[in-house]
Amino acid sequence: MTVLQIFFLIVALVILGSSLMVVTTRNLIHAALWLIVTLFGVAVLYAVLNAGFLAVVQVVVYIGAIAILFIFAVMLTRKELRDRGPQLNRGWWLNVIIALLTFGGLFWMLQSWNGFSKTAAAFPSSYDALGQLGNALISPNAFVLPFEVASVLLLAALVGAVYIAFNPPSGDSRK
Amino acid sequence: MIPLSWFLILSAALFSIGLFGVLSRKNAVAILLGIELMLNAVNINMVSFWRYGDVSQMAGQVFAIIVFAVAASEVAVGLALVISVYRRRNTVIAEELDLMKW
Repeated sequence: MTVLQIFFLIVALVILGSSLMVVTTRNLIHAALWLIVTLFGVAVLYAVLNAGFLAVVQVVVYIGAIAILFIFAVMLTRKELRDRGPQLNRGWWLNVIIALLTFGGLFWMLQSWNGFSKTAAAFPSSYDALGQLGNALISPNAFVLPFEVASVLLLAALVGAVYIAFNPPSGDSRK
Repeated sequence: MIPLSWFLILSAALFSIGLFGVLSRKNAVAILLGIELMLNAVNINMVSFWRYGDVSQMAGQVFAIIVFAVAASEVAVGLALVISVYRRRNTVIAEELDLMKW
């Protein structure tokens, strides 16, 4: 077992443990903080996979924006300082079975694929992955159309979020 | 080197944990947290397929970036909906939201 494999196992344990805490912990603020740990572990995995740009974007966008948005939403939508009562639905053991069946089905499907246990070729040392990614994002022969659609989607989401969360002043006739 | 199977098993496990969170949490914000876990599992798969396939084909990384954009917009609109519902109904428990319009 190489050093990289041991490192991967440690990161995987951190990711799985913190994501279990995200879905089971009672306090939602703690759940959002455990989500940050999970997202950071995923960013480390991107770095292991030679996708450095995605690791940086994961930290900036997910941890810097999305997790903070979650913490804001939790703070804006709680009545009491402490969460009371059960945080899980009544039939949660049924959902455990569904999740385990999903994992089993995915694992069965993947292990029947003959490329399941292949290892990566060595990363070419002179290969400029970030430059290739930038070219692919703006080249008309590659992915410029999905890129522009994603930007329109972000604009629509921005306008929609402002419209939905806007609090009309009292006495406003709009309903 | 790490075999591809390790990444795939990790992402399948992360997806299942996120699915459990979506199905069994009561709070609407916690349901969105579970969706984030599932989107991250998909992203691990896409980046590892890029790395273990042909690294000169950038489709895996490009669609991982598009999943980032979709996740950001989904969270922004979803949390705006949760906050708007909280203002009108004073609850964020998904089971108690049983009216279409108020």
